[in-house]
Amino acid sequence: MVELSALFHGFSVVLTPFNIMLMMIGIVLGVIIGVLPGLGGANGVAILLPLTFTMPPTSAIIMLSCIYWGALFGGAITSILFNIPGEPWSVATTFDGYPMAQQGRAGEALTAAFTSSFIGALVAVVMITFLAPLVAQFALQFGPPEFFSVYLLTFCSFIGMGKGSPFKTLAAMTLGFALAAVGMDTVTGQLRLIFGFTDLMRGFDFLIAVIGLFGIGEILLSMEEGLSFTGKTAKIDPKIVLETWKKLPRYWLTSIRSCLIGCWMGITPGGATPASFMSYGVAKRMSKDGDKFGTGQIEGVIAPETAAHAAGTSALLPMLALGIPGSPTAAVLLGGLLIWGLQPGPLLFVEQKDFVWGLIASMYLGNLAGLIIVLTCVPLFAAILRIPFSIIAPVIIVICAIGAYTVHNAMLDIWFMLLFGVIGYVFKKLDYPLAPLVLALVLGDRAEDSFRQSMLISQGEVSVFFSNWLVGGITALSLVMLFWPLISKVQSRLRAG
Amino acid sequence: MDNSMTSRFTAKSWLVAVAFAVMAPAFGAGWEPTKPVEFVVPAGTGGGADQMARLLQGVISKNNLMKQPLIVVNKSGGAGAEGFLAIKEAKGDPNKIIITLSNLFTTPLATGVPFNWKDLTPVAMLALDQFVLWVNAETPYKTAKDYLDAVKAAGPNKFKMGGTGSKQEDQIITVAIEKAAGVKFIYIPFKGGGDVAVQLVGKHIDSSVNNPIEAVAQWRAGKLRPLCVFDDTRMPYKTKVTETMSWYDIPTCKEAGVATDYVMLRGIFMPGGATREQVDYYVDLFKRVRETADWKKFMEDGAFNTTFMSGPEYTKWVEKAETTHRELMREAGFLAKP
Repeated sequence: MVELSALFHGFSVVLTPFNIMLMMIGIVLGVIIGVLPGLGGANGVAILLPLTFTMPPTSAIIMLSCIYWGALFGGAITSILFNIPGEPWSVATTFDGYPMAQQGRAGEALTAAFTSSFIGALVAVVMITFLAPLVAQFALQFGPPEFFSVYLLTFCSFIGMGKGSPFKTLAAMTLGFALAAVGMDTVTGQLRLIFGFTDLMRGFDFLIAVIGLFGIGEILLSMEEGLSFTGKTAKIDPKIVLETWKKLPRYWLTSIRSCLIGCWMGITPGGATPASFMSYGVAKRMSKDGDKFGTGQIEGVIAPETAAHAAGTSALLPMLALGIPGSPTAAVLLGGLLIWGLQPGPLLFVEQKDFVWGLIASMYLGNLAGLIIVLTCVPLFAAILRIPFSIIAPVIIVICAIGAYTVHNAMLDIWFMLLFGVIGYVFKKLDYPLAPLVLALVLGDRAEDSFRQSMLISQGEVSVFFSNWLVGGITALSLVMLFWPLISKVQSRLRAG
Repeated sequence: MDNSMTSRFTAKSWLVAVAFAVMAPAFGAGWEPTKPVEFVVPAGTGGGADQMARLLQGVISKNNLMKQPLIVVNKSGGAGAEGFLAIKEAKGDPNKIIITLSNLFTTPLATGVPFNWKDLTPVAMLALDQFVLWVNAETPYKTAKDYLDAVKAAGPNKFKMGGTGSKQEDQIITVAIEKAAGVKFIYIPFKGGGDVAVQLVGKHIDSSVNNPIEAVAQWRAGKLRPLCVFDDTRMPYKTKVTETMSWYDIPTCKEAGVATDYVMLRGIFMPGGATREQVDYYVDLFKRVRETADWKKFMEDGAFNTTFMSGPEYTKWVEKAETTHRELMREAGFLAKP
């Protein structure tokens, strides 16, 4: 139990009034950053990083990592209330969270989201505490073919679950891939699909597309429906938290599954975004209420939030143990470590015990503090929906525009946001699903890079995706997922016959 | 961290801050920025240039070296072209500066995006970043010659060299090694230097040409082995990094029989049309940054070559570097088709 004594030492490092104050400030700043679309955890941490240079490294990382937890919590708020994901990993939360809010169950959805975030993070921290060295070794097994098979699994666990026409899903996904291909191609070092417009060379940022497709698209729809917004009937009752908690234990299996997916994706490092999508897809397939997903199922909020938070937390493990960031925010924190004179890597656990265990202890405390802060604010957040839509809509549009501008400090992105808003509106009217487009846009170029790197390594042999048990297993699992609807159809026919 | 350490730390930074506050008026003669200065990083967050820019920002604000705040902005689109175009378009605006990596030369040459360092005003060279040939420590290769002999014996397209990006510094060095040693690698581009180091530890690739700072953690942990450094002289840092070796103990590639050298510019530029006083202000600012302990420690941790240049000397260096890059990229067939 060396870990336990080290952990208690960590708590003793963290529990000073100064550090606890920084922790609270960090959480509140993080929630604000998470709520504002476009600002994002990575940018928020990068902006605040220089402020921490005068602090001792342990205090600095406590504050910055608390901003990170806060941003993870905050991302869920706007997704549920306004269908605008503040962070990429909260997109999947909108699928069921927003319908819940429309039905007047915003408080319930928020409580479920925050609580499952906390559980996901807690499981991941426990894993970091006891399994750090072992798990870090596992991450080293991941070369380009393994990465590609993970992305393939994400796509496959999502395909075929759409209710509508599979061809519409395919069309939306293809558009997503096309948009993801715009800009610099890592493998050849050439610019693609920019048609001579230098403004296009940074590509279509995922956040701008999401703000437009979901946020602006939704507002256009609501306007057409005569500014009606059923959320205002939401009852505002502090007891909602306890009532929701009573319901949650029923979904323990979904939670465990999502924790596993999240931890795994955080370590590998696939990151929180694929984790949330994959977890939602798997939950939909495994749940007995799978058909009702997308209409306001609480399970559809639990699954992506648990996985996103588990992944976001465990993403810090490869950063500390190997020096590879598992997420963009972790990448900025990594830069911070170097500036404070700490070298992330295998020796950090040996040479900087105070720092590492202080950080791990702050993960426990920070998440707990975060949960308490956001839960007490649930009735407050839910009350936002009581503001008449005609007042809140312009405010949302302004915040969206600021968010879109912040991503690259470019005016052009605001026009793209509006364009994506129209696309989102048209997609909904024609009953095309938005999720496959978003998924392809966020993971498309990464999947393409790892596929082409694999092809370079194997000199063009596709068999590289079955070359060892790990990559072979994941690839086989993806194919099973892809053809699951077919398989289950054949099965039921055989049984009937 | 215990309390005594904390208070010592704060006391020291106070002293430095006070010292500079007293000295500040002495420098206050010429031009000064009139609004917050935008510090463009033509690369993503977390990379080498970004780390350096954020360290500079931290050192400058901690020591009160500037009256206006310095704001770091990442413009990484199109292999950094986005950042360079932004500075090119800001002609005459003295409240913007940019930190460069080799993409100042490679991006316009490889992609044909219309910008050149001549569109900018050179301010100062802060340091030169080194490149080291690394292999996995579990492999039997002790010297660069051992390794390249093995690559040669295996025949072309058998050994995998990993690097950051395509048609940029890592691939240029790879091509240079290939030419010097008469071998052929499979070059595999990754998004960042940290990824490359970890891929090498996981044995998914056979070697890399990582910068020291990208691979030092894995070296100290005994996972990677440095074979040679691509510079004229050895790195000057003699403090032991691992139990047995310092940066100085790594031979140059020339000593090891591979006649290749390459260093990467970490320099500062301003938009075109800057006046003499404006340039002098920034040169002076970075001279003062170089005096700080934080900067010196950062230089040693990353085993940088700390050559500092400004004025005509710097311009001449950049001119020569551009010619070298054009030559290397022409030979490798990386130039954009007109």
